[in-house]
Parts: sequence; C-alpha cells; structure tokens
Amino acid sequence: MGARMVDFSGWDMPLHYGSQLEEHHSVRRDAGMFDVSHMRVIDLRGAGVRGFLRRLLANDVAKLGRPGRALYSCMLNDSGGVLDDLIVYFLSEDWFRLVVNAGTADKDMAWIGVQRDRFAPRLVLELRRDLAIIAVQGPQAREKTWRALPQTRSMSEPLGYFQAVQEADMMLARTGYTGEDGFEIMLPAEHAENLWLALHRHGVAPAGLGARDTLRLEAGLNLYGQDMDETVSPLESGLAWTVALAEPRDFIGKAALLRKAATRQLTGLVLLDKGVMRSHQNVRCAGGGVITSGGFAPTLNRSIALARIPKGIAAGDTAEVEVRDKWLRAKVVKPPFVHHGKALISVEC
Amino acid sequence: MTTPDNLKYTKSHEWVKQEADGTVTVGITFHAQSQLGDVVFVETPAAGRRVKQGEQCGVIESVKAAADIYAPLSGEIVAANAELADAPEKINRAPYSAWMFRIKPGNPAELAGLLDAAAYQKIADAEKQ
Repeated sequence: MGARMVDFSGWDMPLHYGSQLEEHHSVRRDAGMFDVSHMRVIDLRGAGVRGFLRRLLANDVAKLGRPGRALYSCMLNDSGGVLDDLIVYFLSEDWFRLVVNAGTADKDMAWIGVQRDRFAPRLVLELRRDLAIIAVQGPQAREKTWRALPQTRSMSEPLGYFQAVQEADMMLARTGYTGEDGFEIMLPAEHAENLWLALHRHGVAPAGLGARDTLRLEAGLNLYGQDMDETVSPLESGLAWTVALAEPRDFIGKAALLRKAATRQLTGLVLLDKGVMRSHQNVRCAGGGVITSGGFAPTLNRSIALARIPKGIAAGDTAEVEVRDKWLRAKVVKPPFVHHGKALISVEC
Repeated sequence: MTTPDNLKYTKSHEWVKQEADGTVTVGITFHAQSQLGDVVFVETPAAGRRVKQGEQCGVIESVKAAADIYAPLSGEIVAANAELADAPEKINRAPYSAWMFRIKPGNPAELAGLLDAAAYQKIADAEKQ
C-alpha cells in the first residue's frame, strides 16, 4: 500500500502511507486503521486467575463484573516502577487476556511466569503468536467495521467503552489508543489480510505509526518507554487513577508506592510560541522538568507535549521549554488535549 | 522530475536556482521533504543577515523531526518566503516552487562547487537504501 516502513521493537512497521497528517485527520473525522499485530496477546487460564491478577496488576480486576469487560492497568515491579501498561480482558472466570506492548512482551512473559510460579503455579500462560490485531478508529469506525463484517453488528453494537465480545475465533473490543471511538479486532493472523482489505474497500484509511503517535499524544495517552518505564512510579506518570492504594488488596509494587510520596507529575504542555516540542527537551519551571513526549498536534495546529514536572505546578501556569537552543513559552494544561474530534484546551495564546 | 536539471544542489539537500538578477533562490529537495514527512513549521532567516557557506540559517520541523537548513553559498539574505509561515505544507506539495530564501552571493566562485542534478540524485538514491 505504498507505506514507508520503519523498525519498531524488531517489527517492520508502516510509519505512514503517504501523509501522516492526512491519516491523522482521517481518524479524527472519519475512520482509519492500524495494523497493531506487534502488540502481544497473553492468555491466562485456570482456576484462580482473577485472584492472581489482583496480585499481579496495580489496577483491580475485581472491577470486571461481567465477561467481556476490560480494564487498563500498569504491571509494576517490586520497587513500584512500571514494567508495562496493558489492557486486561475478563473472558470467563478461568480465562483472562492481557494485551501488552511489543517491546516489553518477552520481559512481561518472563515476569508473569515467575509470579505465576510463586502465587498460582497451576495457571497456564500462553503467548498468542497466532493472533493479529487491527485497530479501527474514528467516528465512523464502528459503522465501517460493521459494513466490512456484517455478522458482527448485532453482537458488537451494544458494547460500551472498554467492553469486548467474541465471535468464533475473533474478538472485538471497543478500545483504542487515539481518543476516538472504534474497535480493536483480534483474529487469527491468517485472516488479518482479508479483514484489512475488506475494511479498505469500505473506506477505512490505512494509518501508520506516525499518526498513531500524534493521535495518542493529543488524547493524552502515555507511550511505554517514553512517558513511563521501570524507573518511574505510575503516580508520577499520570496514572494514579489506575492504582488503588487505599483499599486493603495487596499487589506487587504497592508497598514501594506507599513508602515513597510522589514529588513529580506527568502533565500536558501547549506551546505558545512557534516551534515543535520533542521528547527529552528541558522544561524551565520551579524545580525543572523534562518533556517525555512532544510533537505537533494536527487537530490543534500547534505543538503539545507530555512533561514530567514538580507536583506544585498547576494547569494554567506557564513554563519554558528548551527547543533547539531557544527557550519558548508553554502553558501547563491537563491532558487530554483532544477527545472525540474536539479540542479540550483553549488555544488562544 | 524529482531532481530538476536546471538547479544546483548541496549534500545537505538544499536546491539552488540562479536568478537573472544575480541572486540565488534556495529551497529543499523533493528527497529531503520526502524523508522529513509532513512539514508543520518553517523558520527562515531574516533579510539583511550575512551568512557563510554551510552556516545554519533556518529550520524545518516536520511531524517526525527537525532539520537544519544551511546556506548553500556565502552572501547576504535578501528575501525570505513569508508564505511558508502559514502554509508550511507547500514544501511537501511543491518543493521546487516553495522557496525558503534568496541570497545575494558574496563569492560567485562557490557556485561552481555545488552539485549538479545527476550527482545529487546519486546521494539521494544512496540514502534511500
């Protein structure tokens, strides 16, 4: 399809299929699709899997009341650092599914294996190399998916956000990484090409990693390895809402989080001057900070960033960012920047 | 088409057009904009600035990365393309008409050292590998 390919965690991935900006706008205004088969599916099966996951994950799978419900969570190490962020799906009382990042999948499998041996040795852990994932995202994503896959309409139309349904060997989840409505579809890899072509015939635009990055940044969604990693706490990564510290449940990393108060926060910046913020640039504010993800926001037509800065700084405050030897002015804002096609921040500067 | 014969080029991917009035017009090549991806911000040098050959005198930011623009010749900047501030995408759509700035060369001998289309095309092809 004319894609420019790049290496991503050892996978040959499309960066864009012509214009990253057009792909971005397709997702915000209509429907776009991403081949995200590099993300890995890990199935956990056996009696007691829920109890195991309540120990393994920082968010609480007890919240998943009905089969098909999904939850975003961090998986922490003993010192409270983020090993990975993932989505966990409750499929049945003895079957949960994790979808994890490409670059961390091997490390995750090893870690989960060790914890399984420790806490629930009878659970079966399976890395599903046989599955592909296609994300269809945008205001018209669900409608166009149903046109391409008419048999899935009746079962997937009632799905709320973060809910999934299985039909034969396919799973449709109303989840994504763009701030738009849509599905993530998991299916046997040998059927993925046909689905891709069918979606394309129904007007879904192929989109690459480039657009995926600008979309998730506008949506204020963290990228593992950039906005958080093993060395930082989820409480300093904008993810406190996914960590239940007050409840009695114990989970890996909890003790470390309780020991060490968060002094920094991950928040948003909007550049007031002309230019483009990029990751690793310095932020000048009381205490100083750093850009973890920065770029150009096509929906807002200006540069935005996620930055790790001291906790005391509030939305509305100003900071300066070192962009190519110049200190440019930026405003602190609370992410997300864009949701369902609409700008959430005021950009009169 | 992607490397017009009537222009000169630099290894740093600028194109240079000799104008009838003795000035030269400078932009970036088709290959350069293709490598950068969608251009979202352009910073051009101010008119009146004196530059040396190879001196950094502008910036192009794309969705992917920032790239420095270098003066292909020594001389004085006599004009910059103000249109690019509001329409940076012109660099992607028509790289050989979306000029960035004009220089009045101070040392015309430097022109002879620039690349011709065939030599530049070889460099671009090598980078695409």
